[in-house]
Amino acid sequence: MESSGPFGLALQLIWQADPALVEIVVLSLRVTGTALLIAAAIGLPLGAVLGIARFWGRGAIIVVWSALMGLPPVVAGLVVYLLLSRSGPLGGLGLLFTPTAMIIAQTALILPIVVSLTRQVVEDLWQRYADQLRSLGSSSWRAVPTLLWDGRLTLVTVLLAGFGRASAEVGAVLIVGGNIAGHTRTMTTAIALETSRGALALALALGIILLALTLVLNALAHLASRLDRSHIG
Amino acid sequence: MTTAAPILPLVLDRLSFAVRGKNLLHEVSLTLEPGRRTVILGPNGAGKSLLLRLAHGLLQPTGGRVVWAAADRLGHRPRHALLFQRPVLLRRSARANVIHALALAGHGYRERRKRADSTLAKFGLTGLAERQATVLSGGEQQLLALARAAAQEPEVLFLDEPTAALDPAATAEIEAMLDNLHADRVRIVMTTHDLGQARRMADEIAFMHRGRLIEATPAADFFSRPVSPEARAFIEGKLLW
Ligand SMILES: Nc1ncnc2c1ncn2[C@@H]1O[C@H](COP(=O)(O)OP(=O)(O)O)[C@@H](O)[C@H]1O
Ligand SMILES: [Mg+2]
Repeated sequence: MESSGPFGLALQLIWQADPALVEIVVLSLRVTGTALLIAAAIGLPLGAVLGIARFWGRGAIIVVWSALMGLPPVVAGLVVYLLLSRSGPLGGLGLLFTPTAMIIAQTALILPIVVSLTRQVVEDLWQRYADQLRSLGSSSWRAVPTLLWDGRLTLVTVLLAGFGRASAEVGAVLIVGGNIAGHTRTMTTAIALETSRGALALALALGIILLALTLVLNALAHLASRLDRSHIG
Repeated sequence: MTTAAPILPLVLDRLSFAVRGKNLLHEVSLTLEPGRRTVILGPNGAGKSLLLRLAHGLLQPTGGRVVWAAADRLGHRPRHALLFQRPVLLRRSARANVIHALALAGHGYRERRKRADSTLAKFGLTGLAERQATVLSGGEQQLLALARAAAQEPEVLFLDEPTAALDPAATAEIEAMLDNLHADRVRIVMTTHDLGQARRMADEIAFMHRGRLIEATPAADFFSRPVSPEARAFIEGKLLW
């Protein structure tokens, strides 16, 4: 394939499922997917409770979580690095420069998004539902799963936003993962490295896959909302 | 069925409700005996909805007491229900809405499904059971909300202008279901500003105006010889708020 440009080469890498490419994509999806699962498991109930409960200091907690949404990824990476580095509090676990370290860093990036936006969604729903649910005998605690389920469409987009943020960022995974080939090299860190080395084909191939991934996720969300409107519960 | 002590009569004892120093309800006293249908009648802003919310326990009175003859819950199950003028239905199927209410009332997995299906059948909603509740028509939604309340087998059913947003056909359907519930010995307590509905549905009338209970009498007496000038004006269509 002598004279095709980087774009042609990129398509060829994808078409032939180049092993190096596949490995990077699979690792990236595994890391971000795991981080999203953890952030959802913690963030959905936590956000819902923040949306329903009324207690002293609630306002301050809400402000902190929403400020964390704007946390620069490199700073998140730095904090996780300090925690996991040999002299850090969790240094003994030997997690630095492993996929697990990247999962932790990405969870830290996604969690504030999930908590803050879930809080907003659930608080709005609770305002409309509280009297009705109480009338039917629901406690505030019992309302948490009900409201999460009723907000599921919006919450899917919240989770997609979290996935988007984590899969698109470079700084945090670079710092705590180290961009080690075959071990902690993700789509974004590989793009940064390959581009700086002038290896545009692989960088472009990964870029195309990242874009396609976003497209697919959004299409799925759209489909889910169509299905939901048509009937099932 | 349970053999719990009856919760009626319900005594509303000098109920007042104030918001930021402004009194919206002034010492309303009313006793609800079993066996009849009470219509709380009055123009907009009279305090009808407030009175129902206080009786149902959604609001706490700032003065006076709500006294049930026995505990108004059996375990998880509320013994009285409130149908809102615009009920909130969950974003799930009609059947799942009823099942959810039955879960809140503490019924087990199989029992919920059995009861949900029989209740939906009773309300003529079997054909809509799998439809998403939030896309049903206004009349269907109100009927479903009524079925959901009835599924919990309340002994007292409060209804806050249940047909105010409905067309005549849907109104007739709701009223027919209320007749059935009344025949099943569910105590009906409803508000309305609609005189025609009050005539059709009431055994006794509690007439309210501007946060006060003006008179509480058997329906026949209320319409043939109202005592208060306010009630007379309202019946003649001359009292607008
Ligand atoms: N939470 C509230 N805060 C302030 N005013 C209220 C509140 N709830 C009701 N009101 C006022 O109390 C009056 C009685 O309301 P309501 O019971 O809804 O009347 P009705 O149901 O008879 O039309 C109205 O003037 C209404 O604006
Ligand atoms: Mg009202």
